[in-house]
Amino acid sequence: MKQLMKGNEAIAEAAVRGGCRAFFGYPITPQNEIPEYLSWRLYEVGGCFVQAESEVAAINMVYGAAGAGARAMTSSSSPGISLKQEGISYICCSRLPCVIVNMVRGGPGLGGIQPAQSDYFQATKGGGHGDYHMIVYGPNSVQECVDIMYDAFDVSEKYRVPVMILGDGMLGQIMEPVELPEFKDLSKLPRKAWATYGDNKGKDRQIINSLLIEPDVLERHNHLLFDTYKEIADNETMCEEYLCSDAEIVLTAYGTVARIAKSAVDILRSRGIKVGLLRPITLYPFPEKAFIKVAEQDCVKEFVCIELSMGQMIEDVKISTQMKKPVKFYGRVGGNVMTPEDIVKFVTEEDK
Amino acid sequence: MTVVYKKSGMLTDAPFHYCPGCTHGIAHKLVAEVLEEIGAEGNVVGVAPVGCAVFAYNYFNCDMQEASHGRAPAVATGIKRVRPDTVVFAYQGDGDLASIGMAEIVHAAARGEKITVIFINNAIYGMTGGQMAPTTLEGQKATTCIYGRNPEINGNPIRMCELISTLTGPTYVARAALCDPANVRKAKKMIKTAFEHQLNKKGFSFVELLSACPTNWGMTTEQAVDYVKNDMQSIYPLGVFKEE
Repeated sequence: MKQLMKGNEAIAEAAVRGGCRAFFGYPITPQNEIPEYLSWRLYEVGGCFVQAESEVAAINMVYGAAGAGARAMTSSSSPGISLKQEGISYICCSRLPCVIVNMVRGGPGLGGIQPAQSDYFQATKGGGHGDYHMIVYGPNSVQECVDIMYDAFDVSEKYRVPVMILGDGMLGQIMEPVELPEFKDLSKLPRKAWATYGDNKGKDRQIINSLLIEPDVLERHNHLLFDTYKEIADNETMCEEYLCSDAEIVLTAYGTVARIAKSAVDILRSRGIKVGLLRPITLYPFPEKAFIKVAEQDCVKEFVCIELSMGQMIEDVKISTQMKKPVKFYGRVGGNVMTPEDIVKFVTEEDK
Repeated sequence: MTVVYKKSGMLTDAPFHYCPGCTHGIAHKLVAEVLEEIGAEGNVVGVAPVGCAVFAYNYFNCDMQEASHGRAPAVATGIKRVRPDTVVFAYQGDGDLASIGMAEIVHAAARGEKITVIFINNAIYGMTGGQMAPTTLEGQKATTCIYGRNPEINGNPIRMCELISTLTGPTYVARAALCDPANVRKAKKMIKTAFEHQLNKKGFSFVELLSACPTNWGMTTEQAVDYVKNDMQSIYPLGVFKEE
């Protein structure tokens, strides 16, 4: 049965059903409904919730809980995610599975509280110090938020790489009908051999650590991380193709913007203009194969990358398409959101 | 042959990397012995800091997590909340705990997290080579206050036990000095009481250990011990500040 839920609350409930039993966070708009919901909900399922003294503390609580084998997560919005970056770097090096939700707001600085996609670089390129990545999803609906969140811990634990769900203020606040999945059976999950449950003794004791002071050891560890990222790229990359097979112009966008772009595609098609949409669902790994495939279609004349930023994902679009076709850019920032008509206008006027 | 003394099984066989005259080794030994005496073996997770004790995870013979600088109480909070029946301790120095980690220690204490924090106060940044710590004494020389700490320029030392004991969450707050056998014995008693507070789920427990750093103080080991006994104790009085 479908029910009407706000994006943030739907993510929170999907997290619980997907096995989240520990949440650590700090208030920041526009994601507050996630900690608010989990502050009571987790105690109903035998989990725990702590409102931390800061985002810095919150991500380090996630480190501790995930290191002790629990399914732990945090959520925040742009400035708060910046504060978490050091902790995320430690989590990535220590190979701790966890989930981080970023309901992006406009920046830089304190910025605004309206929707934005200006944390794309931070999310997909590492974000903190050192060579590392997270698995980054850019869902475009409340239902997709639920579906991705529900499986996020499984994916994260499979590779021991944290998952980031990159939403925006609109996705967090919008209400849509959603189908909620059944609770996952956590009793079937295997014991994590690397976790500090506290009961490992002597030779079996486990150490959660990111200090690798020998250059050769640290180099090997970096290679291990990147071998894992390659495996993730092979197995987990997700992309939606909409009316691309005969398209002359391919719009590309993710998250909320992809839905606006899809409406623009329909309007343009109704006017006889052959436009399609390529929507990355995983932002890291970026769906490079889908992009080069479309770029190599003879019918395709150009790409238009549409973002709520000054142009961040466009770099991955250019790299993935190997610049085989021109890539134009249309963006709004500051918390302003384009309409489908804005996109239609940009596409038709740019083409004249 | 009767064995009258042996190394605690809660310590590994890894050789300590600490400098001659450093009291981290004594502190490690006391914590390990207490963990063994309270029967925590097989049910304990420790959290190591950033600083001289960063390699503590190599020495304590139990599951360990290495925290980022200052965040050990937050990491310990995360562990304890998902493993409430496991003994969880954090081991931190003065730069880690009283400077960069001030928010984490105060809030873990205020929340009454049922963890035990061992605080090594040697009034200096050791690992990075002798910079001024939040607990550096007035007049004490450091590489970032080469003429001695001047409160006009460098501010004043922070008394953590006194600060922590004003909060509701902690149930045991005490300070000892690792300067002679009698005081070491008192320190062990305090550490044991602190862990018993955790075992009894009473509240947050905190033991500060005044410690020597002859290397960065530019002293002989004997002078350093005297400095702990006389100079440090005049600013950081010993005793139990809170017990509930």
